[in-house]
Amino acid sequence: MRTRRADGLILIGGLLLAWQAVFMLYGDLVITPPLETSRYAAHLLAQAFFWPHLEATAKAFAAGLAIASIGGLSLGLALGFHRLSGEVFEPILTALYSIPKVTLYPVILLIFGLGMSAKIAFGTIHGIVPVIIFTMDAVRNTKPVYLKVGRLFHLSVPSMARTILIPAALPEIFTGLRVGFSLTLIGTLIGEMFASLQGLGFLLMRAIGLYDVKMIMAITLLLVVFASGVNTVLLAIDRRLHHRTV
Amino acid sequence: MDQHVVLKNVSRIYPGGPGRRPVQALAPLDLDLQKGEFFAVVGPSGCGKSTLLEVIAGLAPVSEGTVTFEGMPVEGRVPTGVGVVFQEDASFPWLTVEDNIAFGLRRASMDKREVSQRVEHAVAFMGLKAFARAYPAQLSGGMRQRVCIARTLVLQPRLILLDEPFGALDQQTRLLMGDELLRLWRATKATVLLITHALDEAAMLADRVGVMSSRPGRFIDIVATGWPRDRDSLIVARPEFGQITGHLWSLLREESIKALQGDR
Amino acid sequence: MRLRINLLRLAVIVAAVLLVELLVRVGTISRVMLIPPSEMVLALFRLLASGRMTRDIALTLRNVGIALTFAIVLGFAGGVAVHALPRLRSILDPLFASYYAVPIFVFYPLFIVISGMGSLPLIIMGFLSAVIAMVINTLNGLDRVPAVFRKTGRVLQMGRFETVCLIILPAAAAHIFTGLKLAVAYAFIGVIAAEFILSGGGIGYEISFTYFAFDNNTMYALILLILVLVTAINMGLYAWERRVQTRVGRR
Repeated sequence: MRTRRADGLILIGGLLLAWQAVFMLYGDLVITPPLETSRYAAHLLAQAFFWPHLEATAKAFAAGLAIASIGGLSLGLALGFHRLSGEVFEPILTALYSIPKVTLYPVILLIFGLGMSAKIAFGTIHGIVPVIIFTMDAVRNTKPVYLKVGRLFHLSVPSMARTILIPAALPEIFTGLRVGFSLTLIGTLIGEMFASLQGLGFLLMRAIGLYDVKMIMAITLLLVVFASGVNTVLLAIDRRLHHRTV
Repeated sequence: MDQHVVLKNVSRIYPGGPGRRPVQALAPLDLDLQKGEFFAVVGPSGCGKSTLLEVIAGLAPVSEGTVTFEGMPVEGRVPTGVGVVFQEDASFPWLTVEDNIAFGLRRASMDKREVSQRVEHAVAFMGLKAFARAYPAQLSGGMRQRVCIARTLVLQPRLILLDEPFGALDQQTRLLMGDELLRLWRATKATVLLITHALDEAAMLADRVGVMSSRPGRFIDIVATGWPRDRDSLIVARPEFGQITGHLWSLLREESIKALQGDR
Repeated sequence: MRLRINLLRLAVIVAAVLLVELLVRVGTISRVMLIPPSEMVLALFRLLASGRMTRDIALTLRNVGIALTFAIVLGFAGGVAVHALPRLRSILDPLFASYYAVPIFVFYPLFIVISGMGSLPLIIMGFLSAVIAMVINTLNGLDRVPAVFRKTGRVLQMGRFETVCLIILPAAAAHIFTGLKLAVAYAFIGVIAAEFILSGGGIGYEISFTYFAFDNNTMYALILLILVLVTAINMGLYAWERRVQTRVGRR
């Protein structure tokens, strides 16, 4: 445990050093150093103008995440239980996963117009596919012997699903949700960069346009800290769930 | 002694598919299990031993013939009073040992005190007391099988079917587990059907040993061992043990060669 | 069974395309939003024939190619190096775990400033997207080489280099292949997304341009082009992988 924490500190320390080094190499027209960025970020969080943007991003992200999770779980479970559909759709889903979704962006804009719905749509299409794929695989790869045990205990189908199949599939399903979380966030942010006059993505684009390096760095810092922080927590839960797997 | 399980003219054919011919796993065979006896089935690999077990348990349908348990026909579903221990590890990794064992009882909506009583008894009986709150992932293969056996035990089955439960264990552990199984058998007074590929295991544990032919499986012979009911693994030292094992092998050798040549 | 599934899949795709075609032609989906798939295909042919996009297509492919080459080589080398240094690995582990959770594109402006406009930031984005997938999968593959394989090498008196080439690489091949597939996908995503957001030419940039110019026909032709390109490449890799896997006995 101690080495794990020490390693974590070494990593963060190393990244901060590299950051500082880039600053020293390229100067403050390109990048602001760690200390200054953190101060500015803290300052931003206290500003009145900042909060509505934060809220807009949060709302869009939450909505996208909800749709991606619930929709993804339902579809994944359905495809997992119905073998034939699962087999038919799997390569289609994998293909969808590999397409640069940014190219579908204009299509989304044309369908949803500018604004909140486009952002949510974009976040959803990024996040839903991994949830479906992981959930489907989890259900399909359930050990057949578990089903036999269920029949031995005379379980009804819904009871079997609830007490055996879903707990057995949970570790993989959770991994899908974790990946879905990160991708939905990325999708929502990219969506905001073009489809909105509100939100962190928009602020970022504006800062790029105005060449406001401090703002760019501060927002980037906030996003990176949030994304990696949540991901680390979700990963820890993910590992716990998988450790119980035989 | 009444007949507990009766198979008459039972055969099972696995239907083929595109590019696969149908496979006849069981030739028409007959079997009578006496109530309270310990019956072992040996046979070459692929002879249909597991299929036989699944058919008796009601987990697989028959293509022909009838299966009866306690006078009632077995078809399509598992009758109450039947417990099965599978070859693969069937313990649920997301539940503790205790919860695993209690699983079947909780579904049957039994009185809570009765549940914990039975679970406690099973845990103690199978020597799992120190691991009651542990998860299967933390246990060895042998311990996990004990959990599976305890989970079956707790339902107080009248017929216990075991499909090569000790296949993955080393010889010494197997002998010890054999002792456990005999203890279980005597305590529950159940009828036990054990599938095994180990001739010595069958010879040591069973009252009668059914020798199956290569696929499609049928019984070539049924060998009675004549052991006393209160036996344990030390009977391997007796001369009769060697004779019985030798006899089983002489019956089985030809069939095993046939199965080996037919394989893949 | 395999044939039946493939036919069914084809039927599903064809049905979906026909449905969209119908909905657009009938007017349920407005032409402002979507053009009929048949017209998309026509527009694509015309576009390719006219040669208008050849330069951009070549540019994108070139950028992806460069990004991919570096990602594969450096990713593989990096994976091997990190695998050999366990302490380094446990330090970098959280980085690998969180890498794809973080929106990398936020670093675009940084790269523009450092490397200027043009192809370089695009290639860097493609490289950064792909390289970690290669590292992670190389690590996984090397992890999964059973210890008994290495012992066999020693018993057979094989040298270090020989062992790596003849035993370890083939054993790790499956995972490394997965890394390759992911690297290809991510390199495309990285480069095209960067092209879309920045400017510097390439198909991604052209899509953005045609969108703002209300040139739906060309835009959809280009989108179709990317879809077809990426899908074809991935299907090719998938088929190759299946062949290798059947030989190794994993299917």
